[in-house]
Amino acid sequence: MAQAAAVNTKWWSGGKSPFNVEYGKLMMWYFLMSDTFTFGAFLIAYGTVRMSSISWPDPNHVFNAFPGAGHAHLPLVFVSLMTFILIVSSVTMVLAVHEGHHGNRKGVVKWMFWTIIGGLAFLSCQAWEWNHLFHEGAWWGRNPFPNADGTVATTNFSNFFFTITGFHGFHVFSGVIINLITLIMAQTGVFEKRGHYLMIEKVGLYWHFVDLVWVFVFLFFYLV
Amino acid sequence: MEHQTFGGEVTLPHHAPTDESKKRIWKTTLILSVITMFELALGYLIYNMHQSPDYNHTLVLALKGVIIILSLAKAFYIVSIFMHLGDEIRNLIMTIVAPLMIFIWFIIAFMYEGNSWKTLRNKYNPQEPVKYEQTETPSHEGGLK
Repeated sequence: MAQAAAVNTKWWSGGKSPFNVEYGKLMMWYFLMSDTFTFGAFLIAYGTVRMSSISWPDPNHVFNAFPGAGHAHLPLVFVSLMTFILIVSSVTMVLAVHEGHHGNRKGVVKWMFWTIIGGLAFLSCQAWEWNHLFHEGAWWGRNPFPNADGTVATTNFSNFFFTITGFHGFHVFSGVIINLITLIMAQTGVFEKRGHYLMIEKVGLYWHFVDLVWVFVFLFFYLV
Repeated sequence: MEHQTFGGEVTLPHHAPTDESKKRIWKTTLILSVITMFELALGYLIYNMHQSPDYNHTLVLALKGVIIILSLAKAFYIVSIFMHLGDEIRNLIMTIVAPLMIFIWFIIAFMYEGNSWKTLRNKYNPQEPVKYEQTETPSHEGGLK
C-alpha cells in the first residue's frame, strides 16, 4: 500500500488526469489558445499594414463621438465606457464562478444575469458605434477619414476596423448566447443534479477570453 | 473539500473557495480599473502632444510602449486570476503558454516586413526610379580567376 501512495503523487503514472483538470475544461483552454492565434494573426496583419503605411488615420479624430453628444469632439470617451462595461461583466462572471464553487444556485443565477446584461450593453455600444461610423461614410471598402498627415487614406483602416471589431463582437454575441443557455440550465437545476458547476467555469473561461481580446483591440485601434 | 470525481477520473480541488478568493477578485478588479484609467490618461497625453506639429516623436513612441506593457499586465491578471490559470498545475500552464512563444517570432518578423515596405515606399519616386545598374565587379586579389 505504501507503493500505491507513492505512485499516487506522480502526475503521469496513470489512474488520474495528469493535468488535474476535467476534460471539457482542458479542451476549452486549447480552443482559446487556438483562438488566440486567430485574433493574433488578425491584429498582426493590421499592425503590418499600418506599419507599412506612410501615414494612417488618427483614431482620436475618428472615434470621437458619444451617443446624444451631437458633434462634440470627445476622443476616447465612448470606448472607455465600452472597456469598463466589459471589465465589469468579467468581474460578475468570476463572481458567478465563485458562487458555483460554493454550489450556490441563486448566486450563480444572479451573477450570470448581470454578466449577460453587461454583454448586451457592450453589444449595444458596438452597434451604436458601427451605425455612427456607417453614417459617416465608413464601411468595408469605404474610408472617409484622412490620414494624420492630411493625405487621402486607403480603405485599409475601415477594412481592418470592421473585420476585427466585428469578429470580436461575434465572439461577444455567441458568449451572450452561451451564457444565456447556462443561466437557464442553472436556474432549472441541471447543475445541481450533476453535483457541480463546472459548466459555469468553462463558459467563464470563454467570457474572460472575450474581455482579454478587447484589451488588445482597445489598445491597437483606439489607444496607440 | 473532498476529491471530486468526473467520469471515473479523480481530480483534486484546485483551491478551497474561501473569502480569500473573493478578496482576490476585488483586488484584481481594482488593479484592472486603475491600469485602464492610467492607460487612458496616457492616451490623452499623447492626444494633447499631437496637437502641436513639432511634437517629440521619441517620447510619443515611448508612451505607446508603456501603454502596450500595461496592457500585457492586464492580460496577465485576467488570465492568471479571473481565468484561474495561475491555480492550475504547472504541466497545464506550460501546454497553454509555451505555444504562445511563437508570437515572439510572429510579431518581430511581421513588424520588420511592414517597416521594410514603408522604407521602400518612402524611397519610391516615379519621376526618378531607382536604377539597379550592374557595377563593375571588383577585381579580386587572389582567389580563383
